[in-house]
Amino acid sequence: MLRVKNIHVYYGMIHALRAVSIHVKEKEIVALLGGNGSGKTTLLSAISGVVRPAAGEIAFNGREITRERVDRLVRAGIIHVPEGRQIFGPLTVEDNLLLGAYHRFSLAGKGAIRAEVDEIFQLFPVLGERRRQLGGTLSGGEQQMLAIGRALLSRPKVLLLDEPSMGLAPRVVREIFEHISRLRKELGMTILLVEQNARAALAIADRGYVLETGRVVLQGSSEELLANRDVQRAYLGRGRNGPR
Amino acid sequence: MYWEPDKECMDREELELLQLERLQATLNRVYAHVPFYRKRFDSMGLSPEDVTSLADLSRLPFTTKEDLRDNYPYGLFAVPMREVVRVHASSGTTGAPTVVGYTRNDIKTWSNLVARILVAGGVTKDDVVQIAFGYGLFTGAFGLHYGAERLGASVIPTSSGNTARQIKVMMDFKTTALVSTPSYALLIGDTLREMGIPVSALSLRYGLFGAEPWSDAMRQEIEGKLGIVATDNYGLSEIIGPGVSGECLERHGLHISEDHFLVELVDADTLQPVSPGEAGELVITSLTREAFPMIRYRTRDLACMLAGDCACGRTGRRMSRVLGRSDDMLIIKGVNVFPSQIESILFEIEGTEPHYQIVIDRKGAMDEATVLVEAAESIFFDQMRRQREMVERIEKRLAQELGISVQVKLVEKKTLERFEGKAKRVVDNRKLWASPHGGETASDRSSPA
Repeated sequence: MLRVKNIHVYYGMIHALRAVSIHVKEKEIVALLGGNGSGKTTLLSAISGVVRPAAGEIAFNGREITRERVDRLVRAGIIHVPEGRQIFGPLTVEDNLLLGAYHRFSLAGKGAIRAEVDEIFQLFPVLGERRRQLGGTLSGGEQQMLAIGRALLSRPKVLLLDEPSMGLAPRVVREIFEHISRLRKELGMTILLVEQNARAALAIADRGYVLETGRVVLQGSSEELLANRDVQRAYLGRGRNGPR
Repeated sequence: MYWEPDKECMDREELELLQLERLQATLNRVYAHVPFYRKRFDSMGLSPEDVTSLADLSRLPFTTKEDLRDNYPYGLFAVPMREVVRVHASSGTTGAPTVVGYTRNDIKTWSNLVARILVAGGVTKDDVVQIAFGYGLFTGAFGLHYGAERLGASVIPTSSGNTARQIKVMMDFKTTALVSTPSYALLIGDTLREMGIPVSALSLRYGLFGAEPWSDAMRQEIEGKLGIVATDNYGLSEIIGPGVSGECLERHGLHISEDHFLVELVDADTLQPVSPGEAGELVITSLTREAFPMIRYRTRDLACMLAGDCACGRTGRRMSRVLGRSDDMLIIKGVNVFPSQIESILFEIEGTEPHYQIVIDRKGAMDEATVLVEAAESIFFDQMRRQREMVERIEKRLAQELGISVQVKLVEKKTLERFEGKAKRVVDNRKLWASPHGGETASDRSSPA
């Protein structure tokens, strides 16, 4: 459903993505792996329209969206959950969630959206418990759930998740990834996931791509990537893991 | 029956998408990790990102057997040796063999690809598979072995040779599928007859044959003598070994595993693509190899593509059996032999003249190679003993170098035909290759008995 073909992105003189091609099928979880500066976030941003590719094309359900305006992409269901959560600290949990439906206020009506917020609270009970609390006072894991919950209120067809495990304790990471896995299972969500934590990502992903200095150097099923020694060394911790 | 139905029956559009992504990743990897490719791309002003479609493949340089030899043994490996879990080799034109490596993932991929051709040829996990390929540096035996294990079949690694024992194992262990060269299958059939064992005493149902050219006439003979359904498969060690393509039970062309290999057909002289339906040299690019990726490898095998869909439901394009070679390589008893290998040995040996001829016959099922060598006059004036010693020395050296036994006959000076221009050193009486549209003869030339 989502297809990126040969895209190039420049930041000034820096050639951040070089002829990158990837695809994500409906209800798939696809992981983008790679080190710092490999272009993972840039690729997500190019898909969500935050940065503009210099060349190449991006298609969504067969329609070219390479130069589509960001708000149109949101309406089309391409929702980007940025790195670092970007929660509004001074706003309550509930208000943060409501902002996810901002573009639908006039259409859907407040009542309907309230009902959707309640659904999010069912999905993430901890957010329900803290609905009146300020976003800034939540723990890292709760903020990540809030960021995902807010994205869900945008009625995503494809969820672009950037480093959901960042800065979280291993136990919390596990919980977040369980939630992500459920989004696919229960809501039929299609997910493109950027992660440094390759093990956690590949545990829930169907397939993955490995980026290095703006190029895709590996692609394959999660199983294949986990068995790849480059992936093991670079992203899973040298020597300790994987079959020897 | 399929092994990986989602891959083998993939929608064409989806397949091409996957091929492009895999091609681009492969190019990025070889450019980063194999100096040979980086230098060659750089010298042509090419960068991996210039390849933005499958059609752009034709802009990339070819890789040849000579390139492999120049980078002997590990120069074309794309991963450090600590990631290589297996090494295979096949013979080269002038002695240096071609060395290929596999990572753990490569072995897994290879096993799955071979499982595909086994399943396509009728084999299931309930079969007892006897592998009568020679186990060793060549890829045939291990390729089929791992593939059959992956499938879950019971593998009997008898290796090649000792036909009477093969038959005893086949009867006692109730072998249901035989893997060997076609000529060895025929020999087994003939030996059965000599031993007075009826086909009904065997449990054999299927045979998967490769490693050398064979014909549909030979197929019928094998099927009759062994009471089996025989299929052909193709591969070469430079690409992965067996598992590049194989026949399904329709037996009308060999399905290529196109999600792992891009196959082009080019005119061996102009190197331009041939017209659809025409025969050309197979040029193969690997899409998933980790340890030993190959970009546009010139196989020297000639084949053509078959048009239309196959009734079996697989969407992988079908190639004909191999129709011949675009170089002078011979396949004798399943082993690749280049006349240049024989020539260089003859040059080493004192008392021979640089005139020789290689004669290959097929006696019954098996190949017989004879090298006729002109000997210096002094040898013929001498006693028989010296002649015999010389013959034995040459035979021994040839056996060492080629890995197969070859008969040597000394002939008097100036008895062999002289040639102006290109010498015709080889007389092949086997009639192996057939016409492009007869669908005859094929080889998995990397996997001999």
